[in-house]
Amino acid sequence: MALYKPYLDIPGTTIFDAEQSRLGYHLNQFCMSLMKADNRTRFKANERAYLDEWPMTEEQKQAVLARDLNRCIAAGGNIYFLAKIGATDGRSFQYMAASMTGMSQEAYAQMMLAGGRAIDGNRYTGENT
Amino acid sequence: MAARITASVYTSHVPAIGAALDLGKSQEPYWQPLFRGYDFSRQWLQDNRPDVIFLVYNDHATAFSLEMIPTFAIGCAASFAPADEGWGPRPVPTVQGHPELASHIAQSVIQQDFDLTIVNKMDVDHGLTVPLSLMCGQPSAWPCPVIPFAVNVVQYPVPSGRRCFQLGQAIARAVRSFDTDLKVQIWGTGGMSHQLQGARAGLINAEFDQRFLDRLITEPAGLAEMPHIDYVREAGSEGIELVMWLIARGAMSDVGDPPHAAPPVVRHRFYHVPASNTAVGHLILENA
Repeated sequence: MALYKPYLDIPGTTIFDAEQSRLGYHLNQFCMSLMKADNRTRFKANERAYLDEWPMTEEQKQAVLARDLNRCIAAGGNIYFLAKIGATDGRSFQYMAASMTGMSQEAYAQMMLAGGRAIDGNRYTGENT
Repeated sequence: MAARITASVYTSHVPAIGAALDLGKSQEPYWQPLFRGYDFSRQWLQDNRPDVIFLVYNDHATAFSLEMIPTFAIGCAASFAPADEGWGPRPVPTVQGHPELASHIAQSVIQQDFDLTIVNKMDVDHGLTVPLSLMCGQPSAWPCPVIPFAVNVVQYPVPSGRRCFQLGQAIARAVRSFDTDLKVQIWGTGGMSHQLQGARAGLINAEFDQRFLDRLITEPAGLAEMPHIDYVREAGSEGIELVMWLIARGAMSDVGDPPHAAPPVVRHRFYHVPASNTAVGHLILENA
């Protein structure tokens, strides 16, 4: 019997469940390694070589190199772990959040100041089409 | 005289709030309205200083990576250092624990069928230190010992609202059976509506949040029946942190046993959007 996953029809949202966690284990643990200053230095000196020390999929490595957080999430990444890549790059969390929405950081920050992304139209996949 | 829970405090724990305070930005126009909402609370905490704070929060891939994911973890150590979350530890005091009460609660709650993980060594991240900063400002030492209680809300499925509410009731029983005269506050942190990932990042649902605050005050048992999917769909993927507020609410005496008729007194209520990507909610409830 399949697991109960009532959350698959929420637009623009990937729930980090047991299956995603299994897929993303090494990707997320790579991110965790960036909590240490020495590892950040080694990663920045040669990103590809550092990534090759981890048994990650090629897709996961490419997604990290491209700093494409949506691709990282699709490949099993979790945002709290992925945020450590942004911190290594000296990026704010709001920069990272904006990068996943296709908005500029300025437009995203402005949206937040105006009360955030509205819930209406954002509950179910395809409700606006 | 036994220990007793005197009040519960609820607040969001956005990391940017800690950074704003640490970098001296709390008076900037962006942050001022938020910190003003806690002016009352800092005074209230000085006037109603507890002997121990039982602080429910979640770790954000800091102390717990994917190597171990405890659903409920109680900190029983003598002290807990502020964690380095990637840009150095926050310049805040070390958190002093209360090993005697913590281990008493662990034993009692496990005997009530909640399988806690006991943690004797742990650093604490912004989930724990930002609520302390909001309620205490920038003291050289926190006002009392703190028992960290970490809940997994990172990997789904997180514990249900019902389970959290019942756990709060069990914690209250455990506190009451501790034979020392102690005033204990229980704090529930995290939330309110926010989503930090994907194309829907930035989601805020003020109507949901206000209704959640209303129901948390007046009908918490009913609120505890709300399924995960409602949190995630309506309040964003990280809005699920709000289940932790139900642990604190479940520990209040109006929903304890024996049933206490009087509902808690609402001392303070505050709501503000935005703090970075998040809606900030805050409540102080005192046992009647």
